[in-house]
Amino acid sequence: MILNTLTIKQASEGLRKKEFSATELVSSCLESIREKDGNLHAYLEVFQDALDQAKKADEQISQYRNIEMSRLPPLFGIPLAIKDNILIAGKRCTASSKILENYTASYDATVIRKLKNQGAIFLGKTNLDEFAMGSSTENSGFGPTKNPYDQTRVPGGSSGGSAAAVSANLCLGALGSDTGGSIRQPAAFCGVIGLKPTYGRVSRHGLIAMASSLDQIGPLTKTVEDAKILFEAIAGGDPFDATAVASNSSNQLPVTNSDPDFPKKIRIGAPKEFFSSGLDAEVEKIVKSALKKLEKAGAKIKEISLPHSKYALPAYYIVVPSEVSANLARFDSIRYGLPEASAKNLWEVYTKSRALGFGPEVKRRIMLGTYTLSAGYYDAYYLKAQKVRQLIRQDFAKAFTEVDFIIGPTTPTPAFKLGEKNNDPLQMYLADIYTVAVNLSGAPALSLPAGYTETTKLPVGLQIIGGWFKEDQLLNFAAQAEKLII
Amino acid sequence: MSITRKEVEHIAHLARIELNEEEKTKFEKELSAILEFVKKLNEVDTDNVEPMTGGTSLENATRPDEQIDKTLDNMVGKLIEAAPDKKGRWVKVKSVFN
Repeated sequence: MILNTLTIKQASEGLRKKEFSATELVSSCLESIREKDGNLHAYLEVFQDALDQAKKADEQISQYRNIEMSRLPPLFGIPLAIKDNILIAGKRCTASSKILENYTASYDATVIRKLKNQGAIFLGKTNLDEFAMGSSTENSGFGPTKNPYDQTRVPGGSSGGSAAAVSANLCLGALGSDTGGSIRQPAAFCGVIGLKPTYGRVSRHGLIAMASSLDQIGPLTKTVEDAKILFEAIAGGDPFDATAVASNSSNQLPVTNSDPDFPKKIRIGAPKEFFSSGLDAEVEKIVKSALKKLEKAGAKIKEISLPHSKYALPAYYIVVPSEVSANLARFDSIRYGLPEASAKNLWEVYTKSRALGFGPEVKRRIMLGTYTLSAGYYDAYYLKAQKVRQLIRQDFAKAFTEVDFIIGPTTPTPAFKLGEKNNDPLQMYLADIYTVAVNLSGAPALSLPAGYTETTKLPVGLQIIGGWFKEDQLLNFAAQAEKLII
Repeated sequence: MSITRKEVEHIAHLARIELNEEEKTKFEKELSAILEFVKKLNEVDTDNVEPMTGGTSLENATRPDEQIDKTLDNMVGKLIEAAPDKKGRWVKVKSVFN
């Protein structure tokens, strides 16, 4: 029963010492899923063959002596949950949309291929906002996920299922995807770690595309150490993804507890734009307290400015719908999709299956993007937004000449109530106010649990933004901060 | 920035999504509100700014035109299986030329 509460690191050590088997580890997760997921609905599908995967792992281990055991890949036998917009060959992949309700993936995503090579075990696919569009998982085509800390509240989105699964110990770690905050925001709401890698660090081959110049797959885990293990397993170049950059060698996490110089040499920037109006008072208190702890330990903290911050959301909500409208054009119910019996001709096959298969937020963004890319409007909207995006990127580049990390709250509020923001799309978009600029710039960022609100006992996340392709430094710093803050 | 019903219908046509009357009204309102919100970008002077064209500064990322995946076993079967309308080894579509 308790095995599902282990971290990836603890579980991998236990497996190597033969303290327990992969079967016991997976069984523990499955039992927990049976107990809790009826209410939480973190999973869209739990794999029937999860125990078979575990059995195979145990059979392999039973033939190994110590030397082979010590050479097992870090994720061997580790049960993971995968967001349902990442393809696993032979398994259903729905992107939480009715239009893909019956779609079975014909190939593995590159990240899945890599995890399979390590012998990781997949427990199932987790819930998300439809096609990853949303900040609460309420846009799921198959019902929302609940926040494990308070089931009247959202887990965040779009990777709400993955965040809830990790938070409730329904797996040891999970993969999500992040285009505007979809890993970091649910991680913050559910009190877990979430890492969005630098754009290009992890292959997008086999990730159902939302916005191709922003999407990244990343880990959601219980500890920073686990995030590093999962990140290193999936990062790297890929001949199937022309936007993926081959990784450079990464620094090892310090073997002992701390680098003696940490954090005295670290320079942190706290953007004043991240601490202004709209930030919940309790969130601000917790974030500032965390910064104080870092400062007390010797880090240098100074206020910086990201002057184009207020343009990040508008730029995002032009660029993303534009790219979405192009990426979702493939869902025409010809090669895959919804058979629409009432369609009288080819035109109606398109228009009726898309009308039936897509939810309101998806339609909204496709419509918006179609408009902004249409003749006569492209320059005024998409081109303009991409120019502002350049300026946003430059804000970060300039900041990183003065500081090593940019820190602030991940979200303006803790988890909101189910249904609270459904009436006004713009209200929902504001949930991502601190996260979207990071995707626009391409920089990596991690959300670290920083405490709980006094009144509502909800988790609050600290967002740590690092320099491009410097995940090793970001993860090392976050691992140290993790010990200092909680 | 107001979007008219006629524009909503035109966009739906381009996007190949059939909308009912209720949805058209809803989108008129919602799209207008969002477009009003993004108008903010006009405040920014972008005269000498190069647009970002992607997520990285990679250019001409190519690879040799060779088959990488050695195992394409049963791929045809799987692809056909996914099609809503099929006949034998063919994906079936309605008449393109009416």
